[in-house]
Amino acid sequence: MILRCMKHDSKHKIVGSSVPRVDAFDKVSGRAKYAADYNAKGQLYGMVCYASHPHAKILNIDTGKAAKLPGVRAVLTHEDIPGEKSFGSVIPHQMALCSDKVRYSGDVVAIVAAESIEVAEQAIELIDVDYRQLDVVSDPKVALKDGAILIHDENNLCAYHKVRRGNIDEGFEKSDVILERDYSTSKIEHSYIEPEAVLAEPGENGGITITGSVQNLYSIRRAVARVLGLSLNRVRIIQATLGGSFGGKDETMSALCCRAGLLALATGKPVKMVNTREMSMRESYKRHSYQIHYKVGSTKCGILQAIESEIYADAGAYAAMSPFVTWRSAVHATGPYSIPNVKTDVYAAYTNNCYTGAMRGFGSPQICFAIESLIDELAEELNLDPLELRLKNILKDNSITATGQGLKHKVSLKEVLDNVTEKMGFVDKWKQNREQKRDTAFKRGIGISCSYRGISLGAEGTDAAGVIISIQTDGSVILSTGLIEMGQGAATTISMIVSEKLGITPDRIRFLSADTSRSPDSGPTVASRTTFMAGNAALRGCHELLERIKPVAAELLRCPEQDLLFENNSVYAPNKTSEGDRKIPFSELADKCFQKGISLFAHGWYKSPPTTWNEENGQGDAYFTYVYGANLAEVEVDCITGNVRVLKFISSHDPGQIVNLSGALGQVYGGVIMGIGYAMLENYAESEGNPLVANFDEYLLPTACDIPEIETTLIHNPDELGPLGAKSLGEPACEIAAPAIANAVFNATGMRIRHLPLTLERVKLGKELVRIDSRGSVKARGG
Amino acid sequence: MKLDFVLNNKRVSINVKGGLRLIDLLREQLDLVGTKEGCGKGECGACTVLLDGKPVCSCLILASQVRNREVTTIEGLSIEGEMHPAQEAFTETGAVQCGFCSPGLLLSTVALLNENPEPSREQIRRALSGNLCRCTGYEKIFEAVELASRRINGLSVQNDKV
Repeated sequence: MILRCMKHDSKHKIVGSSVPRVDAFDKVSGRAKYAADYNAKGQLYGMVCYASHPHAKILNIDTGKAAKLPGVRAVLTHEDIPGEKSFGSVIPHQMALCSDKVRYSGDVVAIVAAESIEVAEQAIELIDVDYRQLDVVSDPKVALKDGAILIHDENNLCAYHKVRRGNIDEGFEKSDVILERDYSTSKIEHSYIEPEAVLAEPGENGGITITGSVQNLYSIRRAVARVLGLSLNRVRIIQATLGGSFGGKDETMSALCCRAGLLALATGKPVKMVNTREMSMRESYKRHSYQIHYKVGSTKCGILQAIESEIYADAGAYAAMSPFVTWRSAVHATGPYSIPNVKTDVYAAYTNNCYTGAMRGFGSPQICFAIESLIDELAEELNLDPLELRLKNILKDNSITATGQGLKHKVSLKEVLDNVTEKMGFVDKWKQNREQKRDTAFKRGIGISCSYRGISLGAEGTDAAGVIISIQTDGSVILSTGLIEMGQGAATTISMIVSEKLGITPDRIRFLSADTSRSPDSGPTVASRTTFMAGNAALRGCHELLERIKPVAAELLRCPEQDLLFENNSVYAPNKTSEGDRKIPFSELADKCFQKGISLFAHGWYKSPPTTWNEENGQGDAYFTYVYGANLAEVEVDCITGNVRVLKFISSHDPGQIVNLSGALGQVYGGVIMGIGYAMLENYAESEGNPLVANFDEYLLPTACDIPEIETTLIHNPDELGPLGAKSLGEPACEIAAPAIANAVFNATGMRIRHLPLTLERVKLGKELVRIDSRGSVKARGG
Repeated sequence: MKLDFVLNNKRVSINVKGGLRLIDLLREQLDLVGTKEGCGKGECGACTVLLDGKPVCSCLILASQVRNREVTTIEGLSIEGEMHPAQEAFTETGAVQCGFCSPGLLLSTVALLNENPEPSREQIRRALSGNLCRCTGYEKIFEAVELASRRINGLSVQNDKV
């Protein structure tokens, strides 16, 4: 690991330094309790009956035999649902239990609660469902054609977004060079190592308490309340330590929580449900596969004039987050460049494939791969090097984006590009690589990519969050918020921001897991918004507390309030009091405040700055601020086998102000490696609506042996809106790895690969080989 | 059937059903839930425990196979509350994110360091290649293993943080 260019801002006491995670001890000692580690006395085990076909009418469900099996306590179908049968944050049509038809192979038609998992599994086998199979729609473009088989009642269009800027025809008229290209990306499984799990317990007053591996507690609570027919205050969702999520434990968990909740209410017993990896792969939503068509026009000296794009996303069976994911794609479709004429159309279509939703990047990894490949292809056409073409067109201070938004903050794109290219001598190396002999077996290549990214939800919807800070009389602090720790480090980051303001060391701060009944609805933990939103909310809470405790401290120290310094669990006024540097322990101050009847409890609430969006022309201030990043990849291509080894990776990002340096680097490394998986290995393949992979033996993830040397440069560029200047990092780190690698492979071999992942066949033969059904795969094994 | 084995340095005698997997014995019968199940197929390594000092996937081993042998789980790594140097190093370097893979990775690390106290980066990669981690990108895990190695060997530990 090499880190350079880090300017630590010395005006902060702790923010910007490396702090061990507040939850690390529990995690390395095996004490952290994940959802599957919870048990309750007398618990039953829940199991689901999956659809036998990806698309079929349900004619009859016979649960008689299953219900009679000894040890079975409940067998439920849609008829037993007390509330609505479906849920969904955007379009509430996702079926908790299917009634009239099944729409993908992960749909569920019945559920069982039994005294053991074995009995529950046997009972599932005894459920008889009669189906009438329907034709399967598996291609989003075909799904949108007239006369296509319908997945839902209306047409198969799940979402459509457009962006219109300037005049696209005039843009192409002014262009000397016009290029049209098609790209596609594969469907990606989040692959959190912890499969989904819940424990649902019937609560007081007919309510329900669910402890689970949940990412977005409040949307899950809305789903459970809707399906169980309960008010929100009788549904309590508690987050267990989360074993990874990456956007993935939202609607999948809504479904699981609804089902466990139904069984718990029906039996009056706690019900535990734990997915196997096979169930998780079959049922949980994925990152969308995209089919992308670009047309770009440029002057012969490389000034971009126009970009037209038509993008199709496979939404699968249900809408989930597709409308928002594809909106982000529309906003970012033309990449981090100034382009006067833009025409973007993004469609999401229903199919009978596994449904798709939020995953780290949220509609950007697909776009970044395509646009950053396209820019390299255009550079090749114009006889420019890839860096030169980028530098001529990138967004700068005060540039106007494709959606007509003026960038009012410091735009650091050139800086991040310089950071990844200068030390490597990118241009020289890129030129040398092109001179490699044709018959060389191992060829080196180097490639770059860059991006801009709107942070938080933007014009998707209301964006606000709350943090509760409760000082205890011994000077320790309890922190809680509706935004969650899911491995990304939020508990440590928010603790550090509070530590910075109150002068309490992180070891004296306890960050509680989220609980819908005890913490404020802060929206979803998504969109790299947690540091920004919860950080700002925490600052407000700290400010409120300081306003209350400062007068007491000033009185104790006999000094003006403005001279007070809160540091290292104490407060003092350096050289300002008659008693010199007398320090009062924070515990003494807190206790004094309590004795005086002063509240030591504060709720900081933060609402994001406004954003705007015009649906008609796709223009507006889509996000309140942006972050910038660039990647460089160096690869070695084995021209005999097609194997690509990533040798070196340089990543530069502008997170505004780093909060926890160690955590920030962890986000970059993890993001880059997830991006390498996207580029080289991962593909949730389906055939006619049936998944062809079921576990990690065929769905390949990067291992410790696939990791290149990674160099990271983080820019210090505090944003006036961010908490202490911080913005975001988790998603930008992941979105631009794949195009840097594809561009590097082109630099090595002269062959452009426009489809992910870069498998051996694609690199060696330039085409995909199709698996025969009878070989390997889940089909042959009857899975 | 009755099963005798040594678990985390203590003798255990317990009745188990034939066909029971080691991971289920640990998690369900002995309440040692630090061992995690990620795939049930020996692909992810989250359920790694040490069997006579060697890392094995407890989802692929039958309980009956540990008869009269020694099993170490994450709960047995710290001795009398004292963390193993590998646990300390994972904490300090930031090698833990969601933590679900950490118990398995730690046991693979301990097995490696017991056999080879000064592993090279390449040896570390190979030894850990059976443990999938989706969060960290492995880099900080490598750094943690190297730090633990230096600590075990009493070498200088300068520049070991970030």
